[in-house]
Amino acid sequence: MKCRKCADKAVINMRQHKLALCGPHFLDWIPDQTLRFIEKYRMFSADSRILVAVSGGKDSLGLWDVLGRLGFQADGLYIGLGIDGGTGYSAESQRKCEAFAEAHGLHLIVVDVAEVEGATIPTAASLTNRGKGKPCSVCGLTKRHVMNRVARDGGYDVLATGHNLDDEVAVLFGNTLNWAAGYLARQGPVLEGRDGLARKVKPFCRLYERETAAYALVRGIEYIYDECPHAVGATSIYYKETLNRMEADRPGMKLSFYLAFLRARQEGLFAEVSGGTTANMQACPTCGQPTTAPGQCAFCRTWDAVRARQRVSV
Amino acid sequence: MTVTLRLRDKDYEVRAGMTVRDALLQIGIEPDSVLPTRQGELITEDEILMEGEHIRLVSVISGGSLPLHHLALRIRR
Repeated sequence: MKCRKCADKAVINMRQHKLALCGPHFLDWIPDQTLRFIEKYRMFSADSRILVAVSGGKDSLGLWDVLGRLGFQADGLYIGLGIDGGTGYSAESQRKCEAFAEAHGLHLIVVDVAEVEGATIPTAASLTNRGKGKPCSVCGLTKRHVMNRVARDGGYDVLATGHNLDDEVAVLFGNTLNWAAGYLARQGPVLEGRDGLARKVKPFCRLYERETAAYALVRGIEYIYDECPHAVGATSIYYKETLNRMEADRPGMKLSFYLAFLRARQEGLFAEVSGGTTANMQACPTCGQPTTAPGQCAFCRTWDAVRARQRVSV
Repeated sequence: MTVTLRLRDKDYEVRAGMTVRDALLQIGIEPDSVLPTRQGELITEDEILMEGEHIRLVSVISGGSLPLHHLALRIRR
């Protein structure tokens, strides 16, 4: 198969775009597309201060790489979760992020949850009822809180995450199956900031996961190959695999599902529920971050309970 | 002679002379779910597999690429 632009040997064939590209042209195509989405969805401008949440995976490191190549000023944020899973998962992912930052002369902020909050995520999950023994719920809650805190305290204009099209479509699929109208109303390439909540953007939201993985490989980015050990068997991965079966029969199906959803949302399909979840925000009396809860936010309640149970068990 | 395809720590053997796509379908892996590499270089699915070579498959989904029977869905050939 030949590159459509130069007729050299192609390294990737993107059936949904009817486009095959060689390595050099593919490495140009990804930043071109990313810039197009940044501009289309008005994510940020040339002088914005961007905080990129990095996990050591292909998407977040790929995004950090692309933003740098496009000339944006982007710092990285790595959150140390203390997950081992027999493979030293967190330690290895932190090493990948640090090595990338050092090799590219970029600034990386590291927040170690155990150091700051007093326990690793798996320990915290074992000491709280939240998530019913699985750490994913405590992990997600903690990451959202830390990302928002660092973005807000650091004066960043925007928090960028490496969510790709497959991530977005899997979430959309799950929320549609459950008719979770509130979540559907909030999903999109940009989540506007308000009342102490950082503005969040997803510059890779229209790139297939296959494309972001290929970018990392062709670009020679050293990323952590394995997913978090707690994500094995996750529903999101099942949805992705299922959607990929459908995509195999109908190339472009995932992209058209996502774009049709964005159009429907823009036309007001979820307008009635879009204001409901953020309308009654107030500041948490402990950390000051916005919450819909009447007292402490879920993060402070969860971690206060974890620390209290740690004291009892000592 | 055969060709070895390696996905994570598992090896699959197929006949030489077929395309990467046909080989993946034969061993039950959805072609779009992996990126095939030959000597560290990405290759497209129409490449013909050569005798004795080793192809490394990189899973597109981190932690993913379940065997097809987990999903009980067919692949169109």
